Amino acid sequence: MVTAIDEIRRIAGAIPDPEMPALTIADLGILRDVRMDGSGHVDVDITPTYSGCPALDVIREDVERCIRDQGYTDVAVRVVLSPAWTTEWMSEAGRVKLREYGIAPPRQQLFDLQSLKIAVECPRCDSPRTHELAHFGSTQCQAVRRCDACGETFPHFKEH
Amino acid sequence: MTLVVAGAAAVYTLRIADDCLVLSHRLAQWSSWAPALEDDLALTNIALDLLGQARGMYARIAELDGTGRSEDDYAFLRGERAFVNCQLVEHENGDFATTMVRQLLCSTYQLAQWQALTASTDEQVAAVATKAVKETAYHRDLATDWTLRLGDGTDESHRRMEHALAALWPFTAELFESDAVTREVAALGVGPDPGDLRPEWDAYITRVLGDATLPAPEVSWRPTGGRQGLHTEAFGYMLAEMQHVHRSFPGVTW
Repeated sequence: MVTAIDEIRRIAGAIPDPEMPALTIADLGILRDVRMDGSGHVDVDITPTYSGCPALDVIREDVERCIRDQGYTDVAVRVVLSPAWTTEWMSEAGRVKLREYGIAPPRQQLFDLQSLKIAVECPRCDSPRTHELAHFGSTQCQAVRRCDACGETFPHFKEH
Repeated sequence: MTLVVAGAAAVYTLRIADDCLVLSHRLAQWSSWAPALEDDLALTNIALDLLGQARGMYARIAELDGTGRSEDDYAFLRGERAFVNCQLVEHENGDFATTMVRQLLCSTYQLAQWQALTASTDEQVAAVATKAVKETAYHRDLATDWTLRLGDGTDESHRRMEHALAALWPFTAELFESDAVTREVAALGVGPDPGDLRPEWDAYITRVLGDATLPAPEVSWRPTGGRQGLHTEAFGYMLAEMQHVHRSFPGVTW
C-alpha cells in the first residue's frame, strides 16, 4: 500500500538538482527524511553537498512548493548538517545517470577503492587511463579530467 | 550598529567565522583576474566553500549570543573594529604568488582547526567542521601544488614566492595566540586553543617550503591585534567594497 508519506517522499525526491538536472535530489542523497505528524504537518530534512552550495536555497524552495502543490500547506524544510553529506549516499541510479550525462561518478570507498578499482573511467570511452587537469571545476563538487585514450575532457564528481 | 557578541564561545566562533568570510572575499576578488581559467575557478570555488563555512558559523553565533541576528547582519552591518579575523586573511591579494602563499599558510591552519573542531562539544560547530575538513583538505592541496611549482620553478617565480613569504610570514604569529577566550573554550571542549595547532602547522609548512626550495624567513616583527578588532589599513577598503551594496540599498533582493 502506498501511504501519503511515501507519495510525498517520491514526489519530493524526484525534484531535479538545479545544477545537474539529470539527477534528482534523491539520487544525490540530498533528501534525507520526510515525516508527517497527525495534524498533516510535513517536515523535510535536506543536507547540503558543500558548505556554500548555492543550489541549496533553490532546492529548499522547490521542495516546499512541490509539497504544497500536493495539498499539504503546512511544510517545514530543515537544512541538516550532521551527519555530513558524502558521495557514498549517491544512489546507484544516480551514478548511472551521471555517467550518461558525461560526468564520471565518484568512486565508492567501500566498493571501488577496496577492490583496487581506483581509476576514474572516461564516461565517453570507458578507458581507465585518465588524469586530472584541475581540482576544481564548474561547480564545487566537480574536478576536470582528460582521457588519455580518446582525448575527451570531462568533469569528475569528486569523492567527498 | 556595533554588533558586539557576548560570551567566550560566541567570540571564539566569531573569530573563525570572520577568518572564513574575509578570506572568502579576498579570493573572490580574483574572479576573472586569475592567470588561467582553472585557477579562476579554483579560487572562486574555494571562496564559495569559505563563505558557506562562515554562514554555518554565523548561524550558530546568532544562537550563542541570543540575538537571533541574520548572517547578513554579521557580514554587512559591522564596522571594521567589530571584526575579529586575524590580519593574515585580510592581507591584499598582491600577485598570484602572494595569494598562494597566504592560501598555504591559511588553509594549513584552518585544516588543523577544523579537524580539532570535529570533536567540539558544540554539536553545530562539530557539524560545520565535519563538512569543512573535506573542503579545506582540497584548499590545502591546491596551495601546496602551487607552492611547489612556483617555489621550485623559474628564477622569477622563486623570487616572487620568497618576496611573498617575507611579507606574510610575520602575520602568522597571531594565528597561534592564546587569550582568556581561547583558554575558556578549550576548557569547555568547544574548540582547540590555537597554540595547540602550532606543531602540526609547523611540521606541514616546513616540509612544503623545504620541498619548494623556499627558506622560512627570519622574523623581525610580529603584528597582532586582529582578534581585538585592530586591523591593517587594507581591511577598511576591502570592507567598504564588500558592504557597499547592502548598506546603500537596505533590503535589496535579486
